Amino acid sequence: MSSERRIEVPVLTRVEGEGALHVHIDGTRVADLRLNIFEPPRFFEKFLEGRSWKEIPDMVARICGICPVAYQMSAVHAIETAFGARITPAIRRLRRLYYCGEWMESHSLHIHLLAAPDFLGYSDAMALAQDQPGIVRRGLRLQGLGNAILGMMGGRSVHPVGARVGGFYRAPDQAEAAALLARLRAAAQDAEDLVRWTADLKLPAVARQAPFVSLRHESDYPMNEGAIVSSEGLNISAAEFDAHMVEHQVPHSTALHALINGKPYWVGPLARVNNNLDHLPPRTLRLAEGTGIHWPSTNPYHSIVARALEIHFALHEAVAILEQYTPPDKPFVEIIPRAGVGAWCTEAPRGILWQRYEMDDGGLVKKSRIVPPTSQNQAQMEADLRASVEENLCLHDDELRARLEAGIRNYDPCISCSTHFLNLTLKRT
Amino acid sequence: MTGRLRIAVHKFASCDGCQIQFLNLEQDLLTLASRAEIAHFTEASSVTQPGPYDVSFVEGSISTSADLQRIREIRAASRLLITIGACATAGGLQALRNWKDHDEFVRAIYARPEYIDSLARSTPVSEHVKVDAELWGCPIDQRQLKRVLSDLLARVAPRIPGESVCLECKRAGHVCVLVAKGEPCLGPVTRTGCGALCPRYERDCYGCFGPQEDGNTLALGRRFRELGLSDEDVVRRLRFINGWAPAFRAGAQAWEK
Ligand code: SF4
Ligand code: SF4
Repeated sequence: MSSERRIEVPVLTRVEGEGALHVHIDGTRVADLRLNIFEPPRFFEKFLEGRSWKEIPDMVARICGICPVAYQMSAVHAIETAFGARITPAIRRLRRLYYCGEWMESHSLHIHLLAAPDFLGYSDAMALAQDQPGIVRRGLRLQGLGNAILGMMGGRSVHPVGARVGGFYRAPDQAEAAALLARLRAAAQDAEDLVRWTADLKLPAVARQAPFVSLRHESDYPMNEGAIVSSEGLNISAAEFDAHMVEHQVPHSTALHALINGKPYWVGPLARVNNNLDHLPPRTLRLAEGTGIHWPSTNPYHSIVARALEIHFALHEAVAILEQYTPPDKPFVEIIPRAGVGAWCTEAPRGILWQRYEMDDGGLVKKSRIVPPTSQNQAQMEADLRASVEENLCLHDDELRARLEAGIRNYDPCISCSTHFLNLTLKRT
Repeated sequence: MTGRLRIAVHKFASCDGCQIQFLNLEQDLLTLASRAEIAHFTEASSVTQPGPYDVSFVEGSISTSADLQRIREIRAASRLLITIGACATAGGLQALRNWKDHDEFVRAIYARPEYIDSLARSTPVSEHVKVDAELWGCPIDQRQLKRVLSDLLARVAPRIPGESVCLECKRAGHVCVLVAKGEPCLGPVTRTGCGALCPRYERDCYGCFGPQEDGNTLALGRRFRELGLSDEDVVRRLRFINGWAPAFRAGAQAWEK
């Protein structure tokens, strides 16, 4: 039949990790659509077994080079829960500061180096920088500030060495904190301009209905703590996660797909903003309202604006933490291993990241499970892409391919992390 | 050779962190793009040019049958091949599977193992093709990367230091975590490059830059035993991010009962 079309994107570019997309259109119907992840499996959960609690933060960081802090933070909280350890308010603030660094770095990198070229018609940020150097340099400055926070807390932004179960090995001294504070304050205008700039991009106007899932904290915009909530009324603790979210394997992917009560769901910056508008500080909320977007938004392309808003939020949050900062007497609480189970969820730049550890009384891992955000978004991404194909049948193949690629990148899939999970409970039918 | 240096960056099994070190070069990334031709770097650009390349940087370990084929093609298309990071240079953290039953791993994780292409071992690039230079580190260090890039742009052979973290740490005047705190620091047997980061952060080095040129892992293991570590603790210490690197592999084996 002449109306049969195949769209292939053999290698997805400007994403972390390796993936491909296959679409088979039969007339006006999508006969098949597969987001193919061929990232080789690295079996993290298996080789965490038998390892000491001390080693885990340095091991799980290596799952993802762009969100190592998220892996470290979910792990340390889960293990502290298993051991019944309680951190101090000072450590809590330092962890928040640490996470601000990762959000700023990861979001700025995604907006400028990975996503923006799509909306402005460039192949990459280097080409974009030739025509609009100011835009790219502003992005790199904000990315650099995120790196500077991570550098202060852990020595480097990829696999920082400062975090441990119980807190940090070393707390920043007053002079380091003051120097960083000055740099952050000086970038406030950059962060504000960035939000307006993203809102002015020509973004496709679409609407997708799927539950938005994020953390929700009683008073703060969520990072390290909170209940897992959805826009459709779910409200559970991290310990209940696997009773609701079920992973299953699909033939075309080394990443497992997660469903909530059998349905796709959506995690990440847009879900966070949507579910936590009332916890954005007033100046970030005013900026959000000034974009002209009607929040909560069901347009996945508004994720880029949500990322910019979170950069703005994280910058001011970091400033607020540093303004109050005095080095704590001791940057960590003592850890006494005991047998137990702990589950925890934190907000990685790409959405909720869940981990669960079963520890023995010597402090070694008996069993672990890790469910990263990209695995949770995969089913939703495929559903979104199907809808995009159906809405854009009139486009030529090249345009349609470009549109779908941009649609995938827009979710900021982190394919390198999306693969190393396990112990799915699979229902065979 | 005339014209701009043609650079490619390739990915195998990895966390992408070493590629992120390129993307985190910030303004220097733009400088690099103006001085060299970045011909293939899928994480950074939608335009990918076929070889031949003057230099291919390779991230990630070889862990599937498709990888075996692709690394040979990359070698054939590249004048110089430089590995970046622990994964490409030593097999990476994922090489921990090399001591385990790989098939059991696959079965434990995937309900339909037949869909999964995965080799029993995760191995460094140098086990399969000739490698011209190795940049160690998990992740690679940006100062080292920049030095190598400027060597390449100047058309001289890149030089990568091989002394220990310990020497660098002493020069920097950090308090020794092994002596002062009794922590099992791998600094004496680990290659320099990070700026002795862990001691600066008041903790023990865990060897993420791999073995230095002539470290004595056996003597250090004995020292760790005196600090109260068990044989198993010593094995775990060395069998970590660079566990498949020959010096650490042998060091760990010596303490395995
Ligand atoms: S060496 Fe480390 S940072 Fe580099 S890709 Fe491998 S795991 Fe990531
Ligand atoms: S001190 Fe050791 S573990 Fe720490 S960054 Fe340097 S080489 Fe890596």
